[in-house]
Amino acid sequence: MRAARFVPLAVLALLLAGLVWRLATPGDTTVGSKLQGQPVPAFALAAAVPAKPGLSAADLASGKPRLVNIFASWCVPCIGEVKVLQDLKARGVAIDGIAVRDRVEDVADFLARNGDPYERIGSDPQSGVQISLGSSGVPESFIVDGRGVIRYQHIGAIEPADVPLILAKLEDAK
Amino acid sequence: MKRVVLALALVVACPAAADSNLPPAYWSDRQLPDPRQEAQAQKLMDEIRCLVCQGQSIADSNAELAGDMRDLVRRRIAAGEKPAAIRGWLVQRYGSWISYKPTDEPAAWPLWLAPLALLVIGAFLLRHRIRLRRGG
Repeated sequence: MRAARFVPLAVLALLLAGLVWRLATPGDTTVGSKLQGQPVPAFALAAAVPAKPGLSAADLASGKPRLVNIFASWCVPCIGEVKVLQDLKARGVAIDGIAVRDRVEDVADFLARNGDPYERIGSDPQSGVQISLGSSGVPESFIVDGRGVIRYQHIGAIEPADVPLILAKLEDAK
Repeated sequence: MKRVVLALALVVACPAAADSNLPPAYWSDRQLPDPRQEAQAQKLMDEIRCLVCQGQSIADSNAELAGDMRDLVRRRIAAGEKPAAIRGWLVQRYGSWISYKPTDEPAAWPLWLAPLALLVIGAFLLRHRIRLRRGG
């Protein structure tokens, strides 16, 4: 019966080990969209800037893969991401934008300052389309194949190091 | 002196805006006129997890996205949609992660079985204790 005395201590040690382990390696808090592999839900967004057309689900089923970038003028990482998107555009990638909770003048200013890699930009003033895509923040990007099926979701800004991955996913989506 | 001023300036500095310039969505902080519908919406919002302040419900969170989700929930309830359908729509997009309501999926079985297991262990310990006392 001696050994039974140490059971509470062992339980405590296990508990502590568990807590220390989770503190040292925190769990992944990103929430991925479950719509990967499924068609883009129907939506139609008005133009975010007068110079460019808006964006609808039908525009995404264009016969070739497209990158849909969810961004906002008030989002700081989005500023750095534009350069990478322009690099992708120079490599022939078709990029559309969804501006979340944004005003026309702010989007226009953002594009004038940072560059404009987008073919179409839809305005999503109440994050409705962002939510219907299963996106949880800005910036995020979706790769949609020619039939309008979501093939890949990139959470966070696309960094220069992510370019080969994005190009490979676009190739897969062909 | 300069350093002190600089340090003080840093203390009062505003962090870079992480929120948009748009006002909150119409129904984000407004109750539905029909109290029964509002109660339904409130119950659902208490059980939907915020994507920004993970750990808070969208009813509790001040994040803009949570406000937009409250707007979405109230709009759909007002349009006559059932709370279960709205929850299902969100789960389809974000997985069961988004809902606080425990499901009957195998992953949640330990959650349902834990109270029973603890009761059994407790009864066992108690029996052991009583026996010891009687014996001693």
